Amino acid sequence: MVASTWFGLGAALIIGLSLFQVIINPEPLRKVLAFNLLGSAVFVLFGVLARRGGGRIDGVAFADPVPQALIITGLVVAFAATVLAVALVLRLLQAECATQDHDTECRIDD
Amino acid sequence: MTELAVFGGKQLVVLALIMPLLGALLAFTIGGRTARWIALLTALVELVVVVSLAWIVVDQQIVVEYQLGGWEPPLGVRLRADGATVLVLLTATVVMTATMISAHADWQPLPDQHETRAGLVFWTLLPALWAAFNTVLLSQDLFNLFVALEILTFCAVPLVCLNGKAETFAAALRYLLFALLGSVLYLLGAGLIYGLWGTLDIGLLALEISKLNRYPPALSLALGLMTAGLMAKTAIVPLHLWLPPAHAGAPAPVSAILSAVVVKAAFVVLLRLWFELMPGSADTMVAQTQGVLGGLAIVLGGVLALRQSRLKPMIAYSTIAQMGYLFLVFPLAGAASAWGAGLLHLCSHALAKAALFLAAGQIITHFGDDRIDHLAGLGHVMPLTLLAFGVAGFSLMGLPPTGGFVAKWWLLQAAIETGHWGWAVPILFGGLLTAGYVFRVLAVALRPAATPALAASTVPHTANAMILLLALSSLLLGLAALGTGLPPQ
Repeated sequence: MVASTWFGLGAALIIGLSLFQVIINPEPLRKVLAFNLLGSAVFVLFGVLARRGGGRIDGVAFADPVPQALIITGLVVAFAATVLAVALVLRLLQAECATQDHDTECRIDD
Repeated sequence: MTELAVFGGKQLVVLALIMPLLGALLAFTIGGRTARWIALLTALVELVVVVSLAWIVVDQQIVVEYQLGGWEPPLGVRLRADGATVLVLLTATVVMTATMISAHADWQPLPDQHETRAGLVFWTLLPALWAAFNTVLLSQDLFNLFVALEILTFCAVPLVCLNGKAETFAAALRYLLFALLGSVLYLLGAGLIYGLWGTLDIGLLALEISKLNRYPPALSLALGLMTAGLMAKTAIVPLHLWLPPAHAGAPAPVSAILSAVVVKAAFVVLLRLWFELMPGSADTMVAQTQGVLGGLAIVLGGVLALRQSRLKPMIAYSTIAQMGYLFLVFPLAGAASAWGAGLLHLCSHALAKAALFLAAGQIITHFGDDRIDHLAGLGHVMPLTLLAFGVAGFSLMGLPPTGGFVAKWWLLQAAIETGHWGWAVPILFGGLLTAGYVFRVLAVALRPAATPALAASTVPHTANAMILLLALSSLLLGLAALGTGLPPQ
């Protein structure tokens, strides 16, 4: 088997595992982490597509540049999504702490 | 294509994207009390741009295309405005402009304040959201659509929790997670399609797919993933759980935009996939499943809307039901009228739903209560607002001659034409449910108040005018559609 096949199978496996976690894990932060893993696995798959769409010029292998460009854009989007999600988790926690009684421990380190 | 004046169609397509983006950036940079005036000015300029674009497309019967940076597909990104795009674009523009004008006095800073946080967020993110929605409508590139859908989500989520209550943060987070899951599934599908043909341009892909005798498994998988992802974003049953808390918890102008505009974006992409990329797929399993889920959404959304005790959650559940109608388009795609019915329903629902949410917002602010059982006397205090609420409600129900009526009539025609009579059941039953929850509000609101001391309300005239404008637009859309005398081909 060629390397890209292994990478493809690996990506598929991680997509499956992280998708499972995103759906079943009730913990918001873990959902966000699983979503990140899911995104990364999709990007690995894009890398595989870049390799398959590539070729050779004068014996030097090259990859299809379009999926790489998509990965870079996708990374930015995934980063923005993570920041927004983590900010929301934090604000949710703060808001819940504000309404709780003070005898329950509720500390957030900013 | 003949250039009309200084600005031809191509420039207008680009301006339609750039203007709201520019407005968002300026509003954010300058901020303070100026932010809302920048946003409002942007809205007016955008209105002129979109109306001119619509005029060119409709009057000259052309499709305007623009290639970004002069790069042609398969590499370049194409922007494209045809009649259908322009109709949705125009609807969104009317909804956005009217909402902004009616909300212009909200979140005003106090005399000693420079700006309010909520105000800055609202006036910055609303134009940005608008730019993202216009990109979804105009772009012909699958990856570009992904980015636009993501920006749309990132703008919509903070707006949900504008008032900073714990429950709205929870609603926003749930909304974000559903939307992110939806977009990552969509991205995966788009990647697989790129792997098959090496392009993301919808036009080129449709050409390639039309040459196939049988579909490769990767294509089926890709379309399945994309459809599932987009269905999560359109809140179709059983992926609807995020919608009611987000749409009901947000401030009323935001609810109006979310329900009228934002949920429609993913549906527009679904239409692209199943009508442009894969035409003639009405009898496939996927189309049938979409129809069944749509039917379920109509019934479940309607029943849940009837059971709500408050106005805004009721309107939010009604959105779930009305989105269900849109999904009946897929199994009925074999009939000529299905596409037009979907498009018309999308637009008339957008106008009517925006009017309902804005009216509910005025009722909460000026009547002080949105419990449906406590609305007695509303008709006396806020007659114009209630009138707009009623007209918009009639459009949702599908009373003639509203846009909702014509859309449902065309859907029924499609069901008869294709011989699939079964789909008429949810269409008609959903109308009854809608009538149930709209009349429930009207019946209470028209009763005399228990305490007759309520003074006439002080709803600002601009807000009332905008709500009436939206409701009447939904009505006039139906007349205009009837005027064309056809379900379009």
